[in-house]
Amino acid sequence: MITGEIRVDHVSKSYPLYFKLRAGFKSFLFHLPSAVESMRHARFEALHDVSFAVEPGQAVGIIGHNGAGKSTMLSLLAGVMLPSEGSISTSGRIAPILELGAGFHPDLSGAENIILNAVILGLTRREAEEQYDAIVEFSGLGEFIGQPIRTYSSGMLVRLGFSVAVHTKPNILLVDEVLAVGDADFQKKSRERILDLRRHSVSMVFVSHSMEAVRAVCDTAIWIEHGRVQATGTAATVAAQYESHA
Amino acid sequence: MNARIRWSLDLVRELTRKELKVRYRNSFLGYVWSVASPAAQALVYFFAFKVIVRIAVDNYGLFLIAGLFTWQWFTNSLTVCTSVFLNNASLIKKVAFPREALPLASVLNDGLHFALSLPVIAVVAALYGVWPRLSWLYGLPILVCLQFLLILGFGMLVSSANLFFRDLERLVTILLSIVFYATPVVYRMDMVPERFRTLLFLNPMTPLVVNYQNLLLHGTFQWGMAVLSLTYGLIWLGIGWWVFSRLRWRFAEAL
Repeated sequence: MITGEIRVDHVSKSYPLYFKLRAGFKSFLFHLPSAVESMRHARFEALHDVSFAVEPGQAVGIIGHNGAGKSTMLSLLAGVMLPSEGSISTSGRIAPILELGAGFHPDLSGAENIILNAVILGLTRREAEEQYDAIVEFSGLGEFIGQPIRTYSSGMLVRLGFSVAVHTKPNILLVDEVLAVGDADFQKKSRERILDLRRHSVSMVFVSHSMEAVRAVCDTAIWIEHGRVQATGTAATVAAQYESHA
Repeated sequence: MNARIRWSLDLVRELTRKELKVRYRNSFLGYVWSVASPAAQALVYFFAFKVIVRIAVDNYGLFLIAGLFTWQWFTNSLTVCTSVFLNNASLIKKVAFPREALPLASVLNDGLHFALSLPVIAVVAALYGVWPRLSWLYGLPILVCLQFLLILGFGMLVSSANLFFRDLERLVTILLSIVFYATPVVYRMDMVPERFRTLLFLNPMTPLVVNYQNLLLHGTFQWGMAVLSLTYGLIWLGIGWWVFSRLRWRFAEAL
């Protein structure tokens, strides 16, 4: 069995600033020399020399203010970007828990979106069908599952997205805030599900602004500020440091 | 079968099914619409060029249909592909699935519609007294495959490049309307002055359209043209894949 492990080794990430080009050809051509120059040199360093490891079954919280580099860290872990320096290794299937309805099509029913989303997240069609009943059951959407999801409330979308993600047999879970959404019952249920997955060696990265949630969910935490690691340690210690600083 | 390949196939299939479902979900006439657009164009061109200009092409209605349906697949796929990564930004930024599945599914979706419109062409052909030939049985599948290669190549190119040059969307629209008239859809190749003919054959759609027309009107499949189409298809697929693979790791950054 594959266990969820993450190794982040001296990772830095800088972006070229694409804004001149994205503004269109016109502004690019009008400012050609400066635009070319800025493309060469203007880079934004989102992360600088970050290292940490997550053992199977462990949960790490990433905390920091807006723009600190938390989302960049998640993107690197999800494998949608490459680090500029350093290396990242992950084992097994990574399930990002997507924000409201990402990857869902509003005109398709909940049922159709479940299969589509599960396949995008890495299951074969057959595996997705095998998980289907469990996903519907967990989401608690009942008869709404046949309705197009444009009719869903945001809470229902979160429940659907979460239910699909945790049923894709993940080894690593990437969670970005969303646990705070949904009603109290579903929050409780999702936390239990996550604990259950962790007992089966699924590791987890949790990005949050809520120190209460970080303390409740995570073993360890990393505090990132301006792309640099400010503090690491047990979730309780780092959360306390962060709170006293803010 | 290798699990990764199995999954990739499922992914492309599910994405294509999604496109199809969405297309038919909100309109009873989904299929009719996909045929109606090129058919309406054919009527307009028929009136303009046959009735008014009195172009000397026999079976002109069938000639137009053959070219216009082919062109429709090309232009629809390129238009959709240009924005396919933009429209799936939230997925690209979060999930590391193979990105090529998105343009591939779009091209397959339009290709399927093209294949489904072939019976309509056969009906028009019958109205002109042209009955299905044996050569259609091998000719049409070969042409569909060749066209698929070419469109996929362009699709990969424009979908990737558009993330970094957002103006490409408008540029593609303009280029398509120019290339349309540089493709022998409304006129026949032998009407083109000698010195421009070679130039027109630099247009990768030309050998395809000419082959479709001859196959549907006269039942002749031109192997030479097919080889030229294959060459263009492989060249553009190569270019498209090269650009895609150079840029794909920057998609999430540019979105």
